[in-house]
Amino acid sequence: MTTVPVTTTPPPAQEPALQPRQTSGLLKRLRPSRLAINLVLGAIALFWLVPSLSMMIISFRPAGLFEVSGWWKVFSTPSQLTLQNYKELFTGGSSTVLGGGVPSGLAPGSVLDALRTSLEISVPATVLVTAISSLAAYSIVFGRWRGRNAVFLTVVGLMVVPLQVALIPVASLYRDMGSLTGWNPFGTITGVVIFHVAFGLPFGVFLMRNFFIGLPTALIEAGRIDGAGEWTLFRRVVIPLGIAAAASLAIFQFIWVWNDLLVALVFLGGDPHVPLTLFLYDQERTLAANFWIISTGSMVSIVVPLIVFLAFQRHFVRGMLAGAVK
Amino acid sequence: MAQIVLDKVDKTYPGGVKAVDGLSLEISDGEFVVLVGPSGCGKTTVLRLIAGLEQITRGTIRIGDRVMNHVAPKDRDLAMVFQNYALYPSMTVRQNMAFGLQMRKTPKSEIDRRVHNAANVLGLEEYLERKPAALSGGQRQRVAMGRAIVREPEAFLMDEPLSNLDAKLRVSMRTSLAEMHERLSVTTVYVTHDQVEAMTLGDRVCVLRDGVLQQVDTPQNLFDRPVNLFVGGFIGSPSMNIVTAQLIRDDGEPTVMFAGHRLPIAEDVVHSRPEIEAYFDRDVILGIRPSDFEEASLVDETWARMSVTTHVTEALGSEINVIFVIDAPPVEHKDVADLVPAAEKGGAAVPLHEGKSMWTARVDAHSRVRAGDQIELGVDTRNLYFFDPDSGLAIGDKQPPAPKLSRRSASAAALREQR
Repeated sequence: MTTVPVTTTPPPAQEPALQPRQTSGLLKRLRPSRLAINLVLGAIALFWLVPSLSMMIISFRPAGLFEVSGWWKVFSTPSQLTLQNYKELFTGGSSTVLGGGVPSGLAPGSVLDALRTSLEISVPATVLVTAISSLAAYSIVFGRWRGRNAVFLTVVGLMVVPLQVALIPVASLYRDMGSLTGWNPFGTITGVVIFHVAFGLPFGVFLMRNFFIGLPTALIEAGRIDGAGEWTLFRRVVIPLGIAAAASLAIFQFIWVWNDLLVALVFLGGDPHVPLTLFLYDQERTLAANFWIISTGSMVSIVVPLIVFLAFQRHFVRGMLAGAVK
Repeated sequence: MAQIVLDKVDKTYPGGVKAVDGLSLEISDGEFVVLVGPSGCGKTTVLRLIAGLEQITRGTIRIGDRVMNHVAPKDRDLAMVFQNYALYPSMTVRQNMAFGLQMRKTPKSEIDRRVHNAANVLGLEEYLERKPAALSGGQRQRVAMGRAIVREPEAFLMDEPLSNLDAKLRVSMRTSLAEMHERLSVTTVYVTHDQVEAMTLGDRVCVLRDGVLQQVDTPQNLFDRPVNLFVGGFIGSPSMNIVTAQLIRDDGEPTVMFAGHRLPIAEDVVHSRPEIEAYFDRDVILGIRPSDFEEASLVDETWARMSVTTHVTEALGSEINVIFVIDAPPVEHKDVADLVPAAEKGGAAVPLHEGKSMWTARVDAHSRVRAGDQIELGVDTRNLYFFDPDSGLAIGDKQPPAPKLSRRSASAAALREQR
């Protein structure tokens, strides 16, 4: 790279043109073939998939087989596949296929109840975080009040506070609130939602603000001159552009809340209505080897975030801004 | 439609940067006023202050009869065209144009009528249902215009609306803008750094420097009678040639001397600008417009002669720019340094060749001058510009030049007769 071949009086302007050509030639020689890249990528993908795949297969094998043979045996004997576990999970009772029943101790419909509880927590927590973050970010970016940046930096600073640190303070805060107002959010779904919203907001505001800051200010100014109020600007000019960012925030937030175990455990532990994560966790604790419920239940719990992702992913299109300026 | 009056307006940003300094300007109803100046001179800030997008620090802004100092942009009833158009990407062309009217609760039928009319005038009818992303740059620009027109506002504010278009489109849009103003005669404040736009569009042009208004006048007066070296150097393309010179009386004849050249000045010049008298035997800054040169053989004896060596020639078809080196260092004056955009401080305001100034003379297209040639130039000395070397102010009130009595026109007439 450091040696430039000395040719007869090379005009200095041509040197840069000469070097990239050499570089690209070198890169071309070093560039691994497409096939090799695909092979490596495929291997990585497979590596990542194995745990999920094993879980999926376990959920489709008879419960009793778990202790008899490994899940990969399904590839040589596909006849092992059955929907029995799913049926049992939703109707209650025990998985009885192949040699004696494996008792579940599940009340009928308890999975559905857990699913509903999970949704009751995740949906409001997601909607609130997305809505409040967007409004806050709008105000921080386009508002005209002093200290906007300070507020934003504080919010970003809050992102580093680990959730675990706040569990006990928030619980005692809830208790104080209960003794003051007569309503103690501790142990209620609302309490869990409030917790998730509070901890989802810093990242939400951060993400939305970083998106809004990239929007051309002229767009907002054009709206102001056109006579639009802040609310109209937010709803008709900014949100149509920010829908992609809001959708990604919603997906992130939903998956976090959906997968949360800790907050639910602390605030709802022992409650008859628990979210799916806690429900599955209970299975593990009480019946150490009850893998058929855990794997099957986990499959069920994957389905919902998957639906959410597929529903919003069409918003991940580039060029939402195309044509706004220039 | 309304009058816009700025009275001693200041804008100081937090941090102490003074973007606009004591600006007073009266824009009459229906007038087209252009704000020009090098980048960073505060022209866009002035526009934003009028629009209400920024608050003035001191002074008064009146639109019509209302003091607008603390009135929100939406209540000022102005329409603005942005440099980057700022069309709402999620709305169609129709919705973009209708938005401002909807916000003002205009009846639906009236909105339709105005949008239709504007689309018709701007040739946008077939694009009404398209989104901005599906439009070309020129079309987007027209939508931005349309959005302003349908509002039928008190005044239009335009922030370099043509600067993102390619050269050819810019010229045609410039013409349509002029036509539009002719037809609607809405008060317009137009910001540009392009002096051709400024000269062709403006009823009056305001030249700004560092937030301070230098001169407001008709384009022709700005060209003919700049108040200072800054305006003289800024207006006109190619720019005015300047040099530090001495005024002397040579056998009683007023003469200007610079870089080994002596140009006799007509006594009229001194008579019409008596202030010049005080500058004899002193330094002045001399300015000569490229257009006040001509090849010596094409002009009569009343033009002074100057023998120079051509450095480069630029044939433009309609004329030839002859660039030659003057044996003098560049003029060092704040007014000259300020002509360089703030971003390029340190760059030379005037082209230099080995530390010497390069001048431009505009000569007839049929001149046979070549690069490297020795050439005899005629200079129209009745039209010389003189500036005070300290203050940079023009010396005396230079009157508009008398019509040229050069042989250029005479010879052209003679040529016509022969045919």
